[in-house]
Parts: sequence; structure tokens; C-alpha cells
Amino acid sequence: MRAAVIVFPGSNCDRDLAVAFERAGADVTMVWHKDDHLPEGTDIVGIPGGFSFGDYLRCGAIAAKSPISRSVAAHAGRGGYVLGVCNGFQVLTETGLLPGALMRNSNLKFICKPVELIVETTDSAFTGGYQKGQGLTVPVAHHDGNYQVDEATLAQLRAEDRIAFTYADNPNGSTADIAGVLSANRRVLGMMPHPERAVDAAHGGTDGVAMFRSLAEGLVSA
Amino acid sequence: MKVRVDVMLKTGVLDPQGEAVRHALGSLGFEGVGKVRQGKVIELDVAEGTSEDTIRDMCEKLLANTVIENYAIEVLG
Repeated sequence: MRAAVIVFPGSNCDRDLAVAFERAGADVTMVWHKDDHLPEGTDIVGIPGGFSFGDYLRCGAIAAKSPISRSVAAHAGRGGYVLGVCNGFQVLTETGLLPGALMRNSNLKFICKPVELIVETTDSAFTGGYQKGQGLTVPVAHHDGNYQVDEATLAQLRAEDRIAFTYADNPNGSTADIAGVLSANRRVLGMMPHPERAVDAAHGGTDGVAMFRSLAEGLVSA
Repeated sequence: MKVRVDVMLKTGVLDPQGEAVRHALGSLGFEGVGKVRQGKVIELDVAEGTSEDTIRDMCEKLLANTVIENYAIEVLG
């Protein structure tokens, strides 16, 4: 598995995400946002958490217009895999690769704590290593994680089994407790919780390991 | 040429910040405030003759997230 982790000014989970991919056996290349192409043979792009461009204008809005974001969109368009975590999820909604928008948490507070997630579908390379209905403990750390979609889109996400994870106890006001969603081709996943922060016993939990392991085993060439 | 763009959340989209402002006004003793919506104002200094279509393009591509926000353009001259 060849992974490319995008680095924006203000990204701060890029190294964590790279380590999580490396531990699953991936060759990882860090890619600066001003680059206009991904490394040859990239299977999966990781868009990390952080505060790209200081969250100016809207979280992820400026990053979504970076030169590399066009290449990421083209990669996704070819059927390539993309994992966006936290700010990476916000970037994916801003680029239009995933539906909906991430808004300010309903209690207006920055939330930084481990939360329980429920695996809603195992039908993806990201979630194939889990059991449907399984509970995972994964940290969240965000101010704008309140996922909002309109009713028609929610119905479509449900009908197409594209809700990857929900919160057992919704911390941020997200519609239908949604914590992560898949693209129509199931190869782009955006999620607010940080699976890369749950891959080592020293993190306090290892529930994220199965995602990276499943990706390493399950990727189909674009 | 100065242009002002107002960006507001669409009707029906939850605005937790507006709600918090409404509560704070209530706790200051201001009565009868039914609803507060918070948005942004973006002022642009653009080249003379820039068309409204171009400004609209700027709004669609960057200044507003049309999934959740509406925008209004006002040319200030």
C-alpha cells in the first residue's frame, strides 16, 4: 500500500496519520499542499487533522482550494482511496467529495475526549476489519464536528449504507449521530474521530488498528 | 470598486452561535429577542468593472459554502 499524507500549513496530525499507515505496512510519502500532483502509484491519500490555514473563512475551506486538492479530487475520481480525519473530513466536504457540512459543535465547546463509536457498515475497505454494531473507543478533538446534512441526503446515505460510524453518545449535535460517512463508491471516508490516535497501547487504546490493517489488506487498484 | 458580500446560514440550518447570543441577550435582561442568526460580512476591493458574475463565482467557489450558506452581493461603488 502506497499512502500519501497531505500536509497543509496548520496540519498537526500528519505525522500521527503517517505512523498509523506505516505500522500497517504502507510506504508513506508526505505531500506539501503546494505540490500539484500525488506520488506515482498512490493507493490512498490521507488528509490529516489539524487547523489548516488557521480555520480561516470556514474549517477546511482554504485547504480545499490548495493545488494538491485538485489532484486529490482527480485521484478520488479515478476510484482512488481517500481517508480524511477531523480537519481532513472538513476538507472533504468543502471539496464536495463527501456530502454535508461540519458546523460548530452544538454546545459551542471544543471537545477533546475518547468517545464510543458504533460501526454501522463493514462494507468498505476502511471498516471491513470490524463487526457491524461493534463499539470502538476512539478520541475526538474538534470544535466544528457537528455534521449536518439535509433530509434527502440523509435518506440517500442510509439507503446506500454509507454511514460508516455513529456516536454512541452524540457529543457535538451531528445529524443522526453521524461520525463518519463514505462516498458513493465507498472509497472515500471522512470521519471526525481520530483512528490514528488509537493504534498503540500508549495511546490508551488500539481500536483504530483494524482500520489501517484492513486498508493494507483490502485495497483494490484504482 | 468596493463590494460587500453577506454570508448567512440558510434558513433551517441550526445556528448554535446565534442561539448562544440569543441566550446571552436574554440573560442581560433584553426581552423579546425571538431569534438570532449570526453570519459574516466580507468586504472586497476589486478592479473597476469586475462583473457581478465574477463576484458570484467567487462566492460559489470560496466565500460561501452553498451547502449550508446563502450569500448576498452588494456593490458599494
